[in-house]
Amino acid sequence: MSRSRQDLPVAPFDPAGDVTEDFRDPATGDFRQETMIINMGPQHPSTHGVLRLLLELDGETIIRCKPVIGYLHTGIEKNTEYRSWVQGVTFVTRADYVAPFFNELAYCMAVERLLGVEVPERARIIRVLVCELNRVTSHLVAIATGGLELGAVSMMLYGLREREIIMDLFESITGLRMNHAYIRPGGVVMDLPEEAPRKLRDLLDILPGRIDEYETLLNDNPIWRERNAGVAVLSAERCMELGVTGPPLRSAGVALDLRKDEPYCGYETYDFDVITRTEGDAYARYRVRIDEMRESLKIAEQAFARLADMPGPVMIEDPKVGWQSKLSVGPDGIGNDPAYLDHIMEESMEALIHHFKMVTQGVSVPNGEVYVPVEAPRGELGMYVVSDGRNRPYRVKIRDPSFVNLQAVPDLVEGGLIADIIPAISSIDPVMGGVDR
Amino acid sequence: MSLAELAAAVATRFPDVVVTREEATVVVDRAEVLDALAWLRDEPGVQLDALSSLTATHWPDRDPAFWVVYELRSTALTQRLRLKVGVPDADQHVPSVTPLFPTANWHERETFDLFGLVFDGHPDLTRIVLPADWPDHPLRKDAPLGGVPTWFHGAFMPPIDERGMA
Repeated sequence: MSRSRQDLPVAPFDPAGDVTEDFRDPATGDFRQETMIINMGPQHPSTHGVLRLLLELDGETIIRCKPVIGYLHTGIEKNTEYRSWVQGVTFVTRADYVAPFFNELAYCMAVERLLGVEVPERARIIRVLVCELNRVTSHLVAIATGGLELGAVSMMLYGLREREIIMDLFESITGLRMNHAYIRPGGVVMDLPEEAPRKLRDLLDILPGRIDEYETLLNDNPIWRERNAGVAVLSAERCMELGVTGPPLRSAGVALDLRKDEPYCGYETYDFDVITRTEGDAYARYRVRIDEMRESLKIAEQAFARLADMPGPVMIEDPKVGWQSKLSVGPDGIGNDPAYLDHIMEESMEALIHHFKMVTQGVSVPNGEVYVPVEAPRGELGMYVVSDGRNRPYRVKIRDPSFVNLQAVPDLVEGGLIADIIPAISSIDPVMGGVDR
Repeated sequence: MSLAELAAAVATRFPDVVVTREEATVVVDRAEVLDALAWLRDEPGVQLDALSSLTATHWPDRDPAFWVVYELRSTALTQRLRLKVGVPDADQHVPSVTPLFPTANWHERETFDLFGLVFDGHPDLTRIVLPADWPDHPLRKDAPLGGVPTWFHGAFMPPIDERGMA
């Protein structure tokens, strides 16, 4: 830790870099004169964020495509190594920011496996509930922005409108619309607020009809079909080779879903179907997402019903792991409850010492390494977490599905037309926060 | 198939397979990694046909100083296994597994970028998340954080790596 940045050798800056070297013709070793190499992005309205594509074009046909990523690298994995285990949640939630609950869930399940603790049943149900609603918001963003990029602006407006209903519920549950840090090692931060059942009932009543409306709008829309059907086809074999998971894999006919294959959080007790289609094109991915939203709402409905007769704590009772105060959302954010503050400030010196240690040092986690995968909206989200026995992670690796799925982009677009890049990328639905981390 | 059954099948070739916290781990020699992964992928009854993740950890005070970690998944048997390869500080090279698992391409580029490990035989081993002219490999434990004291509520807070967390 003694070296400073100034002592390090710095390579001279080469503005061209060597990325274009790949575009030399293998036969002659020289650049082709009849083709054109252009940049698409990283600042391009249709690349789903700061994704840069280097394209070699022969007229309108793409000969080669090379994705260049890293424009949103924020060092989340390194940051977690210098914060406590609980603070780690607030970092990983910012990776795939469209599906923050899944990052929190995978990370917390990894920490819990290292600690060897079980979370209370009510917390597990709430986790399933918020994750499935989050899957709906994430698919809504995928379809809405995909629609916008192909000119279906109404789809964008409708999708974001419905997403806002769910975001409003998230805000009343967690205090925040995104980056909630709501799931914590040992359970969830706090129980559902008083108004949550009413809001949840409303949205579970509204959303199925709205999803029908999207299908009426797009399923047989000639332009939507023309732009998506038969475009960006990826076979099941190629998906498996490239490690592609989630809707792109299921749209090629492979029924892989970690909620069924390696159930966690009690998913084996919920009734839902794994949606597959056989075409493996952009249109099939859109249809898979639509149907998965329905399945997610079905799971959310079941979780909602179970919450009614499952009282109990939402945070583990072990005072060495769980936060002892009942938290709630107030006008200035999440706060401790007054009874707890009275207890530590007025009644018990030991409780104050314990509180102080939990704040300054946090939890110590036994030595070991675990890999915990969950089924995120974009595919397998895995957390490889290593502890060396101290109060902060030794290593956190986020296996983000967007990062892996994005490797398939050259396969999707090479040989096709430049206009087909847009539905190809939006059907993969990468979130650059997750890709670059 | 249960994890114990998978571990028993793997133990026919790798007797020192360890099962802990419901996860199986095999440690192999660096020279063996391609053979081992090919066997684990193709052996009937093991069928670890998908590479979920590939990364590394850095332990500057130990030997080996690096561990490369392969997370394998059997889609048919719905089981997982972790393969680990030690890499000494003196020779930071690992054979690339991209020919076996094309998905390893970006994972290996990322591990090279952030840890500086060289994957021999990789088709395009260049930096992936950091700029091409970045000077070091930041996920190494000895990489400087470059923090500066920050004025906060009337006092300078030291940078995060100098705050002396226990």
